[in-house]
Amino acid sequence: MMRREWIYAWLLVLPAFVFLITFTHLPAVEALVNSVWTTAKGRRPSMFVGLGNYQKMLQDPIFIKAMINSGLYAALTVPTSIALALAMALLVHRPFKGVAAMRMAYFTPTVLPLVAVANIWLFFYAPGFGLIDQIRQFFGFASANYAGQPDTALYSVAVVTIWKEAGFFMIFFLAALQTVPETLREAAAIEGCSKWTFFRRVTLPLIMPTTLFVSVNAVINAFRLVDHVFVMTKGGPDNASMLLLYYIFETGFRYWDTAYAAALTVVLILILSLAGLGQFYAADKRVHYK
Amino acid sequence: MIGETLFDRILIRAAGTILALLWIAPLAYAVWAAFHPAAYEARFDLLAPLTLENFYSAWSQAPFSRYFLNTALLVGMILAAQLVLCTLAAFAFARLDFPGKSFLFGLILVQLLVMPDILLVENYKTMRALGLVDTIIAIGLPYFASGFAIFLLRQTFMTVPKELDDAARVEGCSLIGVLWRVYVPLGKPAMLAFGLVSVSHHWNNFLWPLIITNSVETRPLTVGLSIFATTDSGTTWSVINAATLMTSAPLLLGFLLFQRQFVQSFMRAGIK
Amino acid sequence: MKLRNIFFASTAIVALASAASAVELEFYFPVAVGGAAADTIQALTEQYMAENADVAIEAVYTGSYADTTTKAITAVRGGNAPQLIISLSTDMFTFIDEDMIVAWDDFVTAEEQDNWIGGFYPAFMANSQTDGKTWGIPFQRSTPVLYWNKDAFAAAGLNPEVGPATWADMVDMAKALTIKDDAGNVSQWGVHIPSSGFPSWLWTGIVAGNGGLLADDTGTTVSFNSDAAVGALEALVALTQEDGVMAPGILDWGGTPKAFFDGQAAMIWTTTGNLTNVRTNAPFDFGVGFLPGLVQNGAPTGGGNFYLIKGSSDEELQAAADFVKWVTAPEQAAKWTIATGYVAPRPDVWETETMVAYTTDFPQALVARDQLDYAVAELSTFEGPKVTQLLNSALEAAITGQTEPKAALDAAQAEAEAILAAYK
Repeated sequence: MMRREWIYAWLLVLPAFVFLITFTHLPAVEALVNSVWTTAKGRRPSMFVGLGNYQKMLQDPIFIKAMINSGLYAALTVPTSIALALAMALLVHRPFKGVAAMRMAYFTPTVLPLVAVANIWLFFYAPGFGLIDQIRQFFGFASANYAGQPDTALYSVAVVTIWKEAGFFMIFFLAALQTVPETLREAAAIEGCSKWTFFRRVTLPLIMPTTLFVSVNAVINAFRLVDHVFVMTKGGPDNASMLLLYYIFETGFRYWDTAYAAALTVVLILILSLAGLGQFYAADKRVHYK
Repeated sequence: MIGETLFDRILIRAAGTILALLWIAPLAYAVWAAFHPAAYEARFDLLAPLTLENFYSAWSQAPFSRYFLNTALLVGMILAAQLVLCTLAAFAFARLDFPGKSFLFGLILVQLLVMPDILLVENYKTMRALGLVDTIIAIGLPYFASGFAIFLLRQTFMTVPKELDDAARVEGCSLIGVLWRVYVPLGKPAMLAFGLVSVSHHWNNFLWPLIITNSVETRPLTVGLSIFATTDSGTTWSVINAATLMTSAPLLLGFLLFQRQFVQSFMRAGIK
Repeated sequence: MKLRNIFFASTAIVALASAASAVELEFYFPVAVGGAAADTIQALTEQYMAENADVAIEAVYTGSYADTTTKAITAVRGGNAPQLIISLSTDMFTFIDEDMIVAWDDFVTAEEQDNWIGGFYPAFMANSQTDGKTWGIPFQRSTPVLYWNKDAFAAAGLNPEVGPATWADMVDMAKALTIKDDAGNVSQWGVHIPSSGFPSWLWTGIVAGNGGLLADDTGTTVSFNSDAAVGALEALVALTQEDGVMAPGILDWGGTPKAFFDGQAAMIWTTTGNLTNVRTNAPFDFGVGFLPGLVQNGAPTGGGNFYLIKGSSDEELQAAADFVKWVTAPEQAAKWTIATGYVAPRPDVWETETMVAYTTDFPQALVARDQLDYAVAELSTFEGPKVTQLLNSALEAAITGQTEPKAALDAAQAEAEAILAAYK
């Protein structure tokens, strides 16, 4: 009986694991293996270089720039989009006239393709005739070139990410807020407990698992969402908006240096694993996650 | 309401409305630009003439009908594969005990962090080895087993009362029978919620399809649109916006129509 | 339903039968000037097949240049290479390094070597030959020119019929054309030289106009920090920082015609590929002129060449070469030029009746041709995308005021030399 259950169980998980291992775990290992070789070109075979590609990274100013940018990009987009998502959820989680329209407004960015809306944002940011500039000029401010200046390019890209993500995360918070029992709220009202105290002492702890889930996703997305970079800045000006995944793409599919791209991929995998595990660990003490 | 004055309420609504207007602005602009002649792309005049010319022009300049078909096939294929594969696996993880269970579950959690999206170079090599470069199936394969779906469905299946399960077994249901009769019906909200996320994610996915496709017959809408929008001869925003609206219309309409069900299925799915 | 099945079956049989006797070719092409150009290529291909029943060509539209290069390299590595592609002329060294192209010399007669290969403009061949061999055949080639808004010229008290002849002229005119309000906000800039994505292209023209070249034809030597190059970058940066006639920051390539149409910029630099676009959409009269040079005329060439891809039989490659000979012949090339605005790559194309009629009606198209006498090769080296990208980054750093021109170019030169050392 026991044995038969095992076999059933293995058969049930087998198909999923064939795909999972072929397209996630094996490639991750492959990246590690490829990263200690050089890229073969038509005229030169691949050579073993050990940690050569990793040493090259330390002297590669674009890689260092991409690392700093990715960190900053995550630091900008993760907390902001989560805070906005929670605010949005609190704004629309109870019914009032027009709540459906408001929810829809928050959620639409999720269903629009990022690579397509990037064109719209590019128009918003365009100097001179762009929407933001038209508004600025209306109020008498000088023209600004947001996506085209190194000190604002990364922020311009990050704003689009936040806009895209907040509405999606809102849905998760909406679902979580429904689990806050109405009786607790009534009890708190009778106790004369302030809205803020109730939120901090009751709501926030109750939605903690969702916050963890959302923040893990937000961190992953901060490293994964680069579609709009293709349209808006291509990592420029002077690599000011270069992100790690975009650099992997450029290295692998524009410069054809697949070995170096593999080494970069290994770094990205390490970052994601550490970030993910770190968050689970940090939250573990506060969250009872089943 | 706890200590909420009318003033508070107005303030909150106003904040919510301003935020909503900001969030809808790009879509609103896309609609504006798409339905007006190019001269009004950056000039907001209420009396500007309306036109459908941009849609005709976008539609005639690129094979969007083929892109639509490709995307529909892609999204349908991925969702079907995900639901089947992940339901089976999630069921095993939720209700059966077997050696290696926690190790395998660990491997699934790994995929929550390291998604196929970042393993571009290596997955490309795999597809080349399989002879699948430039096929629709190659766009979908890496996503067939979704760690997220397995995780989500396992959570849901674990909330199914053991008694229901036992009762079905007493009645002589096989393991698969129990899964089909008891777990799948109870897991429907979760599947629906996941399905919506999956469809919108893969409808909008760009980087992997960009790399793996190279012809009209396989390219999904996102890649087709990006090719359409990058020309040497400058951007005609009105036409690009018309194309953007066309490509996102199915999802937008779907969401508008099923908005309520969508949010509710999320709530019932217990994604929390 | 049944009828349809029969129909499909019979077409399938016909297709099979003809396939047995025909040479089948696959041909990748990009289009960088909008979708209509793709139709022209398809039409030309079909016309050729109609005239040559023994050849079947499948023309595959592969998107942008970058996409096409990507597809071609991956197809070659995957062992299912097409016979023919159009890709950037600057990819020549990359393709040689990948060992994926064959020279045209083996597929032409001695007579064709002189009259056909020898018949293209030398400026276009500069990016097509190295090591004494011809690797690329010019086809969708372009060159940048200056467009000016005649209404804006008239409004600023300038002669609307005369564009700037030299860089100094351009700066003077641009100063007159820049319109500022009392608060110092600019509503019309004098000149707009786009710098997004690939600023090195237009800058190559400024360098050439200053008497410099960025690379030689070996693909292993670059001179990014020559006096001519540094002077060219200083002049470009000065447009914003000293002359105050160009908007600051990186200016978007795609938005450039829009800035022109909307009166945001009175003069723009962009490709001749935009002629048709500007002609259709500019709500004012416009002029087209040479790129104004610092000490002489100078412009880069750009665009795509035909390449023959390794990995097919000689018979197939010969068939592909014959198709290219046909499609670059005057009548076909004229059709292509008129449909797209690309510069016809051979003098004899301009002499066809169709072209003469076209240029009589639209004399601006001649500017690009005449500028070819002063045109230089586009930057092309081994590890081309990487070397070009690091130059682009250096230019962006200088344009946005992050780094002094000289320092930025010195750094780019050192980095490029380090990369190219492996190829010497």
